[in-house]
Amino acid sequence: MSSSAPDSEIALRCAGLHRSLGQGEGRVHVLRGVSFEARRGQVYAIVGPSGCGKSTLLYLLGLLDLPDQGEIWINGRLMSNTQDAERTAARGEHIGFVFQFHFLMLEFTALDNVMMPMRKLGRLSAAEMEARARHLLESVGLGNKTHRLGTQLSGGEQQRVAIARALANQPAIILADEPTGNLDVRNSSLVFDLLTRLAKENGQAVVLVTHNPDIASRCDFRRPMQDGLFV
Amino acid sequence: MSPNIRIALRFLTAKKRSMLMSLSCIVLGVGLFIVTQATTSGFQGYFIKTILGTDGALRIQDRAQSTMQSITAGGYGSGFEIENRAGRKYIEGIDYPGQLIQTLRTFRNVSGVSEVLRGSNVTISSSFKDDIIQVYGINLADQLQVSDLQSQIVSGSLIDFRTDPGGALLGGEMAERLQLRVGDTFQLLTSGQIRRYKVAAIYETGVEDIDRVRLYLNMEEARSLLRRPTGASYIQVSLYDPDRADRDAGWMQEVLKYSVASWQHREQTWLQVFGALRISTAITVSVFTLIAGLAMFNTLLMIVLEKTKDIAILRSMGYTRRDISRIFLWQAGIVLGIGTIAGCVLGALVTFAVSQVPLEIRGIFATNKFIVTWSPWHYVVAVATAIVMVMAASLIPARRAARLEPGDIIRGTAQ
Repeated sequence: MSSSAPDSEIALRCAGLHRSLGQGEGRVHVLRGVSFEARRGQVYAIVGPSGCGKSTLLYLLGLLDLPDQGEIWINGRLMSNTQDAERTAARGEHIGFVFQFHFLMLEFTALDNVMMPMRKLGRLSAAEMEARARHLLESVGLGNKTHRLGTQLSGGEQQRVAIARALANQPAIILADEPTGNLDVRNSSLVFDLLTRLAKENGQAVVLVTHNPDIASRCDFRRPMQDGLFV
Repeated sequence: MSPNIRIALRFLTAKKRSMLMSLSCIVLGVGLFIVTQATTSGFQGYFIKTILGTDGALRIQDRAQSTMQSITAGGYGSGFEIENRAGRKYIEGIDYPGQLIQTLRTFRNVSGVSEVLRGSNVTISSSFKDDIIQVYGINLADQLQVSDLQSQIVSGSLIDFRTDPGGALLGGEMAERLQLRVGDTFQLLTSGQIRRYKVAAIYETGVEDIDRVRLYLNMEEARSLLRRPTGASYIQVSLYDPDRADRDAGWMQEVLKYSVASWQHREQTWLQVFGALRISTAITVSVFTLIAGLAMFNTLLMIVLEKTKDIAILRSMGYTRRDISRIFLWQAGIVLGIGTIAGCVLGALVTFAVSQVPLEIRGIFATNKFIVTWSPWHYVVAVATAIVMVMAASLIPARRAARLEPGDIIRGTAQ
């Protein structure tokens, strides 16, 4: 079942999201009815203390987790109550992820890592995929390291490959969980600039979770969270 | 190349030693399975060839007669009845072999028929010693159709046997015990007669019990010696398809009313021994394949545990649960593919090497080297066993990988 979002500029929208984590007495009500929307070409920072539910919200928005209650629309399509296969397909087509710990597949080269989502989606020919992957790696300043394995790249370089990979299928939404959390100041700034520049060029909505106030202040919108709600 | 196979190939390198262990077990399992089946079925096949070439596929020897089922006194239902179990008894020998042979030739699977007259407790006397033997009267041309007698001749000539009424064919063991050679003469004593014969040829079936006691004479001479001018002791039958002997024996028994023994029935003890041997060796060798399955299970499970983050990232990129499952099954499949091919090559090489090993066996057949059978079915069964065991063992880790929730992994709470 699906419904249209009120505004076609809205890439991502959620309403009344609830999510509890843990088992038994240790179960915690992490999200308490969060509503949020992200427009194309805009960068959103979700900030707040540890444990306030930022990452949990991001995983729900990225369809990596299921809400206990509430609705999520991706490109106007209601996705929160769909089957795993549909959510998986939506992730591949509409969402790009950047995680704090890079999550590159280390046995693969930078080029292979960037081509991996494209190979799954299968929209482009092998030559087109490789050309796009090379272009993306050039864009993040790694044009001369395309054939290096993940293990042969520094932390900053790995995160730049992860950004290129997130952009590979030209998704409408980029979700980034502490993308600069594991990097030094210089690399943090570089990665953030890359992410926002490329996303804006392509009209993508970027939602990032960060503890870094400098990064948050440079976003188009800053949404502070506390105790499972936006404040 | 599919992205799943590409990823599976790379994951394989993550646990090289464990994968090599699994690969080695598959190679050994498949290879040894092939070798043991080739050798055990080789001996079984040679044994069957020997018995078919000696005593034929079927033997018809006793006339069946239905036995009385019940006796009544005072009429049926009078209460004076003696009930017996329904059954039949057998009367030894064949009175009119000619009629029977004509009928037998009408069976489509019958390729040859030979009547045989047997005389027991005949004393053979050479210049060296005496012995008790059995005389078999045969029509040579017919007997050659139902046996491998021609190829069993180790010295002398069947032509001499055919042309000389006083010629005899002796088993190798008998000739050795009596110190007789081709051209030597000896005496046969039976029914108060003493007759002299000449060794026309010496045969060797490899079956010790036959080679020690069986002496062939031409049928007319045997009838004269044994004083049995008509009839036969049994009829030996060869078949185009000896594997159908059991079924044909049943039909013939119904039609002819004679007892018909197939080679499978006659030699069931040895055949059961060979069958048990094949099964036991197959089970023993399958342990290697089982270990290969367990090793694969262990290796894949370790890869699943080590690659949870990779699984999460693949899921976040749109790879489905089925893709994840297939990535792990492909890993098993790739190792299995390499292992079974290498195992088949190993099996073929070792089978060839074993076939060259000198080994003298006498008793139930005669051979001077290890006997092997080259059958594609040994390879098919070995590969099928490996596929079933390894893929079954791989299913659990593959399903476990597919069940992982990407959100749980990234959050660090995956079980």
